[in-house]
Amino acid sequence: MSDALLKVSDLRLSFSIEGTRTPALRGVSFEVGRGKVLGIVGESGSGKSVSSLAVMRLLHGTTAKVESGSALYEGRDLFKLSEREMRSIRGGELGMIFQEPMSSLNPVFRVGDQIVEAIRAHRKLVRKEALEEAIRLLERVGIPDPRERARAFPHELSGGMRQRVMIAIALAAGPRLLIADEPTTALDMTIQAQILDLLRELKGELGMSIILITHDLGVVADIADEVAVMYAGKIVEHAPIRELLERPRHPYTRGLLASLPSFRDNLTKPRLPTIPGVVPDLRSLPTGCAFAPRCAYAQDVCRDVDPEESRSGGARFRCHFPQESELQ
Amino acid sequence: MSHEPLLKTEHLTKSFVARRDVLGRPKRYVHAVRDISIHVEEGETLGLVGESGCGKSTLGRAILRLHEPSSGRVFFRGKEITTLSKRELRPLRREMQIIFQDPHGSLNPRMTIRSILEEPLKVHGIAESKSELDDRVEALMKRVGLRPDQLDRYPHEFSGGQKQRIGIARAIALSPSFIVADEPISALDVSIQAQIVNLLRDLQDDLGLTYLFIAHDLSIVEYLSHRVAVMYLGRVVEEGPARELYEAPLHPYTKALMSAAPSPDPRREKKRLILHGDLPSPLDPPSGCAFHPRCPIARKGICDRDEPPLRTVVPKRKAACHFAGEF
Repeated sequence: MSDALLKVSDLRLSFSIEGTRTPALRGVSFEVGRGKVLGIVGESGSGKSVSSLAVMRLLHGTTAKVESGSALYEGRDLFKLSEREMRSIRGGELGMIFQEPMSSLNPVFRVGDQIVEAIRAHRKLVRKEALEEAIRLLERVGIPDPRERARAFPHELSGGMRQRVMIAIALAAGPRLLIADEPTTALDMTIQAQILDLLRELKGELGMSIILITHDLGVVADIADEVAVMYAGKIVEHAPIRELLERPRHPYTRGLLASLPSFRDNLTKPRLPTIPGVVPDLRSLPTGCAFAPRCAYAQDVCRDVDPEESRSGGARFRCHFPQESELQ
Repeated sequence: MSHEPLLKTEHLTKSFVARRDVLGRPKRYVHAVRDISIHVEEGETLGLVGESGCGKSTLGRAILRLHEPSSGRVFFRGKEITTLSKRELRPLRREMQIIFQDPHGSLNPRMTIRSILEEPLKVHGIAESKSELDDRVEALMKRVGLRPDQLDRYPHEFSGGQKQRIGIARAIALSPSFIVADEPISALDVSIQAQIVNLLRDLQDDLGLTYLFIAHDLSIVEYLSHRVAVMYLGRVVEEGPARELYEAPLHPYTKALMSAAPSPDPRREKKRLILHGDLPSPLDPPSGCAFHPRCPIARKGICDRDEPPLRTVVPKRKAACHFAGEF
């Protein structure tokens, strides 16, 4: 019996683009342990955001269609719940925060009232008690003068403060899993450090699990216990953070890490190592491994056969020619 | 023989009108960039880092006079350009170009790549005949790693990285000597960033370009820059050779910024200096040193009162802090 809080298996999802079904997720499986942070890393179009939106069933009203797969949360398949059951879990046990806090907050309501609304949607408290709870939450997420700030409108707060308000709203219902989709991407560097620090604290204090979706390997290295690297709708590598950073098996993961100027002695090199080519178009994926056209290790088999998942050490990966050496 | 840097600013200031009274007269100003004196040597890259609202982009634009400076002077090859009329400025535009952050928004969607690249050549009368233009734009495409047979396509047919290559091709079309690169890679996918960084570096080596490289990604600035200037709330707070500035920052803000940058290298020591509080509003800057409300070493009676000048602390390195290096 696994001790995963959330277990997503073989999730396949497609969007209808100009009348044709285009795969966005091509068999995605991952688990989030209790009290753990799973980082999901990927570039645009890799499926990192769509995975979590699908799990939260927030793709209604789009052309998205879940073709197959399951998302077991505490043993219950989220895809099989009624919309009513899902609504009580979403925003309750499953919280979510997004990249742009301004567009997630209602501009015409005071932030305190928005937190009160979230509290009362999930807990039976009278307004006054809920407001006290909201102020306590604002204080918890590090907002100075919480009583006064509760009366502010979103536009009166800075980007970092707004993201703290979003976190307070997510915390209102006492979530057990927080999905954070690029929560610091729109923030300045020194503010990003504050928010990551806050998430780390909350995880420790509340035993909350977190899925952190980001394009930034540095952010993941900072906070995640495990990392899933996505490419063209698949998880190509899934490993404990340290193992992934030191001994990445998949050539894509290796290429990404090796191309960062901050990696090892890259600063002294006249040119940065690069991954050639561009991120593939999901409408015209190659047969075989989607990364093969950009991969230095690719052989004929890679262009013909999409690799199954293999394991080594604590890592799972999809590659015919996984690299075992430490990344230099 | 006196030595002239390629580009120099003296006390450059750019203010915007923040509020007007009922008669439309300016009532309040915001000083986006204040009293900036920097220089860039020929063939070098000066990296400009700072958080949003610190004025780094405004500075880049004020240098090119895309924003008219409010006061102060800009010199290019020793000649003051701040007093030139638009007409007099024109020949200098060939020499000074800009690469924008958003490669999508900076390319006209209704123009083919060919017409985008031909335009500056025509405007400046560099190539007249059709065959000459063809040769030029084809060479430009190859130079930035694109295929000449893609010239008659439209911007939307290209990926983000390719669009940025087109933006770079346009910037180098007139063989400039100085380029302001304003966050040229921050909108790109991670696997594409290194490609563009290498291209910028190759172009510098081959064409002898001088860059003012503006970015918030510290590691890319460190990689590309010879010298770095750090901005906070409209002012340069530290400036010096890249290696030394990164290894031993003199200003506490530089130090905080460096320690806030998350690194994927597990061998790197992780010691965080987390700043409290938010970036102050440039509309209402703090008294004294603008950084003092967030500064871990600020002293009452000094830092909240007197604004520290940017001074030479050790040879070739400047910092604007009363206690520079003392922490």
